[in-house]
Amino acid sequence: MTREAWWITIPKAFVVINVVMVFFAFTTWLERKLLGRMQLRFGPNRAGPKGLLVPIADLLKLIRKEAFAPMAAKEPLYIIAPVVSMFTALAAFSVIPWGNGWTVWGHHIEGQVVNVPISLILIFALGSVGIYGFIIGGWASDSKFSMLGSMRTCAQLVSYEVSLALSVLGVVLMAQSINLVEVVQKQQTTLWFFIPQFVGLAVFLIGGTAETSRPPFDLPEADTELVAGYHTEYSGMRWGLFQAAEYINMITLSGLCVTLFFDGYHFPWVPWLDQFGPIWFVLKLFALVSTFIWLRATQPRLRYDQLMRFGWKVLLPVATVNALATAFLVVLVK
Amino acid sequence: MAIVPKTLKGFGVTLKQVFKKPITEQYPEYKRPVYPRYRGRHRLHKHENGLEKCVGCSLCAAACPADCIRVVAAENTADNRVSAGERYARIYEINMSRCIFCGYCELACPFDAITLGNEFEISEYNRDDLIYTKDMLLAPPVKRVPVADRDLYDTPIPYYKEHS
Repeated sequence: MTREAWWITIPKAFVVINVVMVFFAFTTWLERKLLGRMQLRFGPNRAGPKGLLVPIADLLKLIRKEAFAPMAAKEPLYIIAPVVSMFTALAAFSVIPWGNGWTVWGHHIEGQVVNVPISLILIFALGSVGIYGFIIGGWASDSKFSMLGSMRTCAQLVSYEVSLALSVLGVVLMAQSINLVEVVQKQQTTLWFFIPQFVGLAVFLIGGTAETSRPPFDLPEADTELVAGYHTEYSGMRWGLFQAAEYINMITLSGLCVTLFFDGYHFPWVPWLDQFGPIWFVLKLFALVSTFIWLRATQPRLRYDQLMRFGWKVLLPVATVNALATAFLVVLVK
Repeated sequence: MAIVPKTLKGFGVTLKQVFKKPITEQYPEYKRPVYPRYRGRHRLHKHENGLEKCVGCSLCAAACPADCIRVVAAENTADNRVSAGERYARIYEINMSRCIFCGYCELACPFDAITLGNEFEISEYNRDDLIYTKDMLLAPPVKRVPVADRDLYDTPIPYYKEHS
């Protein structure tokens, strides 16, 4: 496989970032619409046809709002925090494969922005760095509510990251690779990994919900009973960046889940359809995003002690046993 | 483990709602008809011969728990006959920003001069516009007439001088 030229990679990165931003915008629309329908409401239906312009109206509103900062806020950190979250959320998408790769006019174009040999670890590393955005944001606001909120967020994300990483271990063992492209190709020759790794998938989805602080694990925000959390003192587009980071994290996580468990960009049984990889990838991605929204509409929020107990006493043992069992089976089959 | 099927059952419940018709009413396009005895914006009434029913007795103002009605009565004279009784309401104002739409004024009125109509879209951008004067209340509803000058607080509006 030839390496692609840098002047292909850079525009490709630009395109991927913008596509992900558009996905983010319409995920907010999809979430409101679906939540509305599940609660016998219409959801947004005023701005544009079917309310499709609502994300744009939101953006305009947030940009025009005053970016208020508390007087005691630690200025550079206060401003950097949402940027860190947003950056890591977007950067994680660079290694997720969208397609098989194409050859156009003799130039090879890879299916992802960069093909890193350790792409899975890179995504988890970026996710961990993203937590710093929440911690720094809460601390730099110099408000006790933000501080408490960021501690809450931090505890939750660190707890569930362990199970999330362990749940992926089964897939890694079966694919014998931590390169996402190879994981997808392995699934093509064998099985989609959600069949043998259904326990891993369940743990991944639950851990991922907690990791992106989506309901029912949205204790970091808990809009209805706790003060908003780490972004209490944020307003305007800085708050918007935090929110965007959260949604893009959800999209990245769904993308990772599609890649690891649902064979990424492949269409089953019909090999020549693989060249339209991005279409199948996006369809699978939005099916998963809708599942997250469905989960939000269905389950009530956990209490904090329930959250911690569930994370450490249920999810972590299950993930560990799953990884161990997979390891034994992989060795046995060989 | 018994919690797992119960948890999964909830997903079916929410999914079922997606295929139902939303119960939201699309308000500005569709206005739900109000009940016949709905208590909305007030109206003052006239007899068929054009005389006002209100005789300026101030019973409505006395009955009003929000104290939002102000009546100043004047004597009817032979050449200036406004109402059927001895006196008439020279000033009749309802402060709609205080009114609680309880309908006691309607109950208190001995001549059925004031009733509560069906109109409920009576919001304004200005508090002053919520003080409804006698000609606004006598006129057909939802006619948004600005309120009179504040200098004329205790005197009849020029309109009344000309027409009463």
